[in-house]
Amino acid sequence: MTRTGLFSTIPEDHRDRLMDLGRDVAFPAGARIFEEGSKADRFWVLHTGAVALDLHVPGRRPAVVETIGAGELLGWSWVCPPRQWHLGAEAVSPVRAWEFDAQEVLRLCEHDPALDHALLTYVVGTIGHRLRSARTRLLDLYGPYGSGEPR
Amino acid sequence: MTAIPLPYRVVETRPETADTVTVRLEPVHEALPPFAPGRFAMVYAFGVGEAPVSVAGILPDGGLLHTVRAAGAVSRALCALAPGAVVGMRGPFGTGWDLPLAAGDDLLVVAGGIGLAPLRPLVQAVLAAPQGHGRLNVLIGARTPDDLLYRGELDGWARPYCGITVDRPGAGWRGRVGVVTTLLDEALFSPAGTTAFVCGPEIMIRATARDLLHRGLAPDRILVSLERNMHCATGHCGHCQLGPLLLCRDGPVVGYERAEPLLSVREL
Ligand SMILES: Cc1cc2nc3c(=O)[nH]c(=O)nc-3n(C[C@H](O)[C@H](O)[C@H](O)COP(=O)(O)OP(=O)(O)OC[C@H]3O[C@@H](n4cnc5c(N)ncnc54)[C@H](O)[C@@H]3O)c2cc1C
Repeated sequence: MTRTGLFSTIPEDHRDRLMDLGRDVAFPAGARIFEEGSKADRFWVLHTGAVALDLHVPGRRPAVVETIGAGELLGWSWVCPPRQWHLGAEAVSPVRAWEFDAQEVLRLCEHDPALDHALLTYVVGTIGHRLRSARTRLLDLYGPYGSGEPR
Repeated sequence: MTAIPLPYRVVETRPETADTVTVRLEPVHEALPPFAPGRFAMVYAFGVGEAPVSVAGILPDGGLLHTVRAAGAVSRALCALAPGAVVGMRGPFGTGWDLPLAAGDDLLVVAGGIGLAPLRPLVQAVLAAPQGHGRLNVLIGARTPDDLLYRGELDGWARPYCGITVDRPGAGWRGRVGVVTTLLDEALFSPAGTTAFVCGPEIMIRATARDLLHRGLAPDRILVSLERNMHCATGHCGHCQLGPLLLCRDGPVVGYERAEPLLSVREL
């Protein structure tokens, strides 16, 4: 299904139980998948296509801060309060994804500590990876020697 | 290799971005010995000074392409050259990309910003002899869509994959946004039989190499170009020393097994 990501990190029997909760969904290019500030009650794992994450800027077009692609997790704000999307998401190209209802998954996790652990490890890893990427981009690396002040 | 600069004439200039220009040079009389991808010339802007510049194109008639970004006095002078102007050239210097090492392998060419310039002739060499290698993947990171180099050529580089990602998209950009390593998920390669060629800012090189190691590439199959500032280019002045390496002579291209211990320390 995916080369990397969520499904490869969860032990098989637990994965099957999780997959029972997932459903295959499609979004055409340009579809808004969720809006900043709205309730974060779902998440997706992308099979194909790319999704742009954006921030609302008053009076301007939403500013895209990152795109995510096949095999990646879309949405983690459901994990902890306030369970609201802190970014918006829009399909850049036609997207196919597995969609999960966060409540159902959290309920399943209550009864399945191994799945709970594997899922959280994956989500934290994803957040860590995105944080590292964001910090790197703060440096404006490709600018003319923008990667720090001379000593 | 020559110690005295040979005169080369600018025959064409092509603006790539707001601060970057590709110049085509031809020898006025005698040509320098042949260049290879990844090697560099010391280009002398008369009356201003000399700068190391990678070869960005090796033409069959002995001409050379160099892509220069205006960073300071010398590079600004090179960007401002008009056809007919003459520069002094020494070279070729440095180690170059070891393409024969990658025979039969899938290839990952990973570039950040102006780092695409030294990788361009490598991509062209692979496209000219595709049977020598597996799949060619070119991964390009740029600050904004306006900072992309060689825009007209990139479509032809997807054999099978050429991905572009930017840090700051403008209006109308429908492509990827994020660090260049995120494109690795889309590239098509078998880690055990892959050689990577990486050039860009050092932080980007380190991040890319770590990701590649994590995916199972051997350190000596990750070739990186360390373009520390240099002066003499002949291994004498020590300006470009990085630990035990004199990068003008032992580099700029080195295997990551040699580069890693040097890049992870704060100061050498
Ligand atoms: C092997 C090699 C190949 C190169 N290939 C290219 C190329 O193909 N195209 C291109 O545009 N540039 C290339 N460069 C970088 C180029 O040589 C420098 O931008 C140039 O020498 C700067 O000189 P300047 O007089 O224009 O600016 P300066 O006034 O000397 O420098 C301007 C600023 O840039 C910093 N700087 C200078 N050189 C470097 C460097 N190498 N790394 C990090 N910071 C630096 C200085 O500290 C200063 O802050 C290469 C460098 C090396 C070592």
